[in-house]
Amino acid sequence: MTKNTYRDGPDDEGRFGIFGGRFVSETLMPLILDLEKAWQQSRSDPAFGAEFDALLKDFVGRPSPLYFAERLTSHLGGAKIYFKREELNHTGAHKINNCIGQILLARRMGKTRIIAETGAGQHGVATATVCARFGMKCVVYMGEKDIERQKPNVFRMKLLGAEVRPVTCGSQSLKDAMNEAMRDWVAHVEDTFYIIGTAAGPHPYPELVRDFQSVIGTETRQQILEKEGRLPDSLVACVGGGSNAIGLFHPFLDDDTDIYGVEAAGHGLDTDKHAASLTGGRPGVLHGNRTYLLMDKDGQIEEAHSISAGLDYPGIGPEHSWLHDVKRVKYVAITDREALAAFQLCSEYEGIIPALESAHAIAYVIKLAPTLAKDHIMVMNLSGRGDKDIFTVASALGTEI
Amino acid sequence: MALDRIEQKFAALKEEGRAALVTFTTAGDPDYDTALGILRGLPAAGADIIELGMPFSDPMADGPAIQAASIRALRGGMTVRRTLQMVRDFRTQDQTTPIILMGYYNPLYIYGVDDFLADALEAGVDGLIIVDLPPEEDNELALPAKEVGMGCIHLATPTTDEGRLNHILKNASGFLYYVSIAGITGTAEPDLGPVKAAIDMIRRQTALPVAVGFGIKSPENVRAFAEIADAVVVGSAIVNIIGDNIDQEGLANPELGSRVLDFVATLGLRVNKI
Repeated sequence: MTKNTYRDGPDDEGRFGIFGGRFVSETLMPLILDLEKAWQQSRSDPAFGAEFDALLKDFVGRPSPLYFAERLTSHLGGAKIYFKREELNHTGAHKINNCIGQILLARRMGKTRIIAETGAGQHGVATATVCARFGMKCVVYMGEKDIERQKPNVFRMKLLGAEVRPVTCGSQSLKDAMNEAMRDWVAHVEDTFYIIGTAAGPHPYPELVRDFQSVIGTETRQQILEKEGRLPDSLVACVGGGSNAIGLFHPFLDDDTDIYGVEAAGHGLDTDKHAASLTGGRPGVLHGNRTYLLMDKDGQIEEAHSISAGLDYPGIGPEHSWLHDVKRVKYVAITDREALAAFQLCSEYEGIIPALESAHAIAYVIKLAPTLAKDHIMVMNLSGRGDKDIFTVASALGTEI
Repeated sequence: MALDRIEQKFAALKEEGRAALVTFTTAGDPDYDTALGILRGLPAAGADIIELGMPFSDPMADGPAIQAASIRALRGGMTVRRTLQMVRDFRTQDQTTPIILMGYYNPLYIYGVDDFLADALEAGVDGLIIVDLPPEEDNELALPAKEVGMGCIHLATPTTDEGRLNHILKNASGFLYYVSIAGITGTAEPDLGPVKAAIDMIRRQTALPVAVGFGIKSPENVRAFAEIADAVVVGSAIVNIIGDNIDQEGLANPELGSRVLDFVATLGLRVNKI
């Protein structure tokens, strides 16, 4: 039987093909089932949708613009490039869209304490922000290594009233922060809601995060129709866990649009220092879902590496794994070095300092656009701004600030 | 048959009128030979059932003690294959003490579920506790395990209500493991009252023996919980002794094995049901 849509997942068991599922300890299962129930009720409740939309408009500042990157287009000499300006959202990235949705769910479920994991700090800042807005207690788990390389975001979280708990076990980055958040969750099931920052984790998280982030793609459709009178020929977004990418891609999955997800190749796919779980990993089970993961031959999870803390995760959301297997989305990888060059080029040609995560998508645009015709319309998700990364970039370029 | 060994053990303990002491150690912690030595000494020290942890890089349900044990074992080169070899080595001297492997799903999934079940049965494993496989995922391992006669121990927790318990019991075998606290291993100490109420609820729905674990650290705790359960699990308290008896290079103190077994002996003596 051929599928006539790519947009109907997950199934009742939370699966996208073989991916997804609910691989969590029994202590969490009743809570996961409650969350699913609350989510099903909320998504069909017009009042919930209206409150979400109003907050996105007046608190986040949506819709974010769809911007024609004129100088980059003329510099590359091929496809017509548009940026979806998610970096202009309140808190500087797409992460806030999801946090607004999840904190509304938390409130609906009567939870009063919020926990989150963060890598680059963007999700931590977004979570701390909505907690301040809704008057909820906030604890953010962050790897010690990431606390070191993302100091400005750590300070932001503290200003917003959140407690940042350093995670010292394992590789001290995003995956370990997620382990620690799950340990906290299991010990505080009564009052605590876990705001997962990406479209991964046990069902229904991948679905609900995707749906909250789909505002990106839904707006893009409308905006490109207004500007060009037709849908784009291609979409490009970076993929760590993959929430900004699935948010842009999902509304276009059934259209005649080429879609590219850009993973972090770190020092290169031929080294052991990268974060490309689709191009360099295989299916396994971690953090509540089956998905592509970086691991050794015994099934032990390996540390990921990327210059971008937000992509430094050895897994990926399960829907991406499925879209990869059914070949609806093409996943490619960009090295630290290529991302750094793109970071600089975007800053110099467009007057926009992108997040290092988004710079991976830009680097692929730089490769792809020159090979395409001038009437090819390409939309790239500029998922976050780069202020947080200036110390990392300065150090990579050998400059002192 | 794997399940037989578990059933025979609980039947024998019932004759004796006492609960089982279940010990947890991690395979390969701090090294293969020391861990095997401890394993071989456990039955004589008072362990009635042995839980052997399969180390995993991301032990999400475990507290600091067992996390550290996992890291030590993995650094020492422990794998699923070597864990099964350790069981095989144990079985050359002991054919009656049930061995339950406890761990996380990914290493088994990567090994291949059918291959793993066949190899584990052949090695002498009697049951499995896989923390990140709730009954919603029974198709993954519990059902294939049932088909080949491998025990699949399910967990019930303080968040389990009667309706859900029914669901959990559907494919449970061997015994039911009651997780005494909402939390991770080796942290908070459980209160007797709520645990007793939960066990009463469980006994109304199943004839399976009930084990209690998480946070049980001392001989006094063991004795108290042995009054209300069919088995009492001690893990982190044992694992902590291993952690305290290795040097900075991770090498085992020569006394490590005997210190662990001496501690287990203080627990075992007191597991008596009145």
